[in-house]
Amino acid sequence: MCRVVDLQQAVLAKNDACARLLREDLAARGTAVVNLLSSPGSGKTALLERELTLARRRGIPVAALTADLATENDATRLARSGAPVKQVLTDGLCHLEAGMLGGHLDGWLPQETRLLFIENVGNLVCPASYDLGETLRVVLASVTEGEDKPLKYPTAFGLAHLVVVTKTDIAAAVGFDEAAFRAHVEQINPGVEIVCTSARRGEGDGALLDRALAALDGAPVHVPVMTQQHSHPEPASVLDPNSLVQSQS
Amino acid sequence: MHEMSLALAVVDQIDGAARFERATAVSSVRLQVGELAGVVPDALAFSFELACAETVLEGAELIIEQVAARARCRPCTRTWETGMPPRLTCPGCGGADTELLSGRELQIVSVSWHDAPRPQPTHQER
Repeated sequence: MCRVVDLQQAVLAKNDACARLLREDLAARGTAVVNLLSSPGSGKTALLERELTLARRRGIPVAALTADLATENDATRLARSGAPVKQVLTDGLCHLEAGMLGGHLDGWLPQETRLLFIENVGNLVCPASYDLGETLRVVLASVTEGEDKPLKYPTAFGLAHLVVVTKTDIAAAVGFDEAAFRAHVEQINPGVEIVCTSARRGEGDGALLDRALAALDGAPVHVPVMTQQHSHPEPASVLDPNSLVQSQS
Repeated sequence: MHEMSLALAVVDQIDGAARFERATAVSSVRLQVGELAGVVPDALAFSFELACAETVLEGAELIIEQVAARARCRPCTRTWETGMPPRLTCPGCGGADTELLSGRELQIVSVSWHDAPRPQPTHQER
């Protein structure tokens, strides 16, 4: 006997449940997660090196987990700050999932950590779909990548709580049009804050740290339009009437 | 390409539900994929076939319903198709207070499966 069964389950239900648990567990111990997304070479590691160093200087307990397909180079760089750092090798996987994190955090993440930075795999496509239990999702783009980057990767930029422009020290040399970049971000994610940084010159130092600490202390975090879709299925016209009820044939 | 991870998640969820219901084979799976879900339907279909191998879903047909992204301006109530790349500020008043009506779906809608035949009651049992 053949039956059509109405399941109505989110494909990412398992990841989202893991992320929710992780967020609650970490919140209970006073830790917030900052998830950093960008394409390879945008300067996530350089920015994070500065922010971790600054946090240590200010006496804020921070830690960082960095993910790559191969090498421990980023962990080595970040560890120079003195903060606890862990390298996650994804063995070829293009993104992190919430379920992968628990095993890495257990027994490693110091209890007193207030901010855990996660440097995601350099990729603006796949990591965008996976909630890692973060309080703040930060999407970075360097001035060399072009003003239309937000239009080319709308899911990543559309779900960001904060957008960071990196390498502004070479903005003039590469002819970066900041106004055009801002307009493109606004089109995809109206109202999101955009911060300009240069890890080399120190522009925007502490921007990430300040916003993450504010979020940890309960300051309102930007709500992207893309996260505000009602859960009711719409438009109804695309639904197959046979799938709405359990039918038998 | 994260479509393989998504396909494995779909197969994992349906395989669990099918085993629970003692279904013997899954003939088709219906998914909704929104325009703004960040998923390439063709890549998902390709991955799905591979992910089904040696499970109760082996050979199952994947039906993908693509859902257009639509948005609504809260102040002026105008609704519009966002297009791709999406425009999420109001094309009418230019406002930024937007509500997304559709486009982020990534949902298993329904599954068609075969149940193991149940023993028919005999006259005596009736």
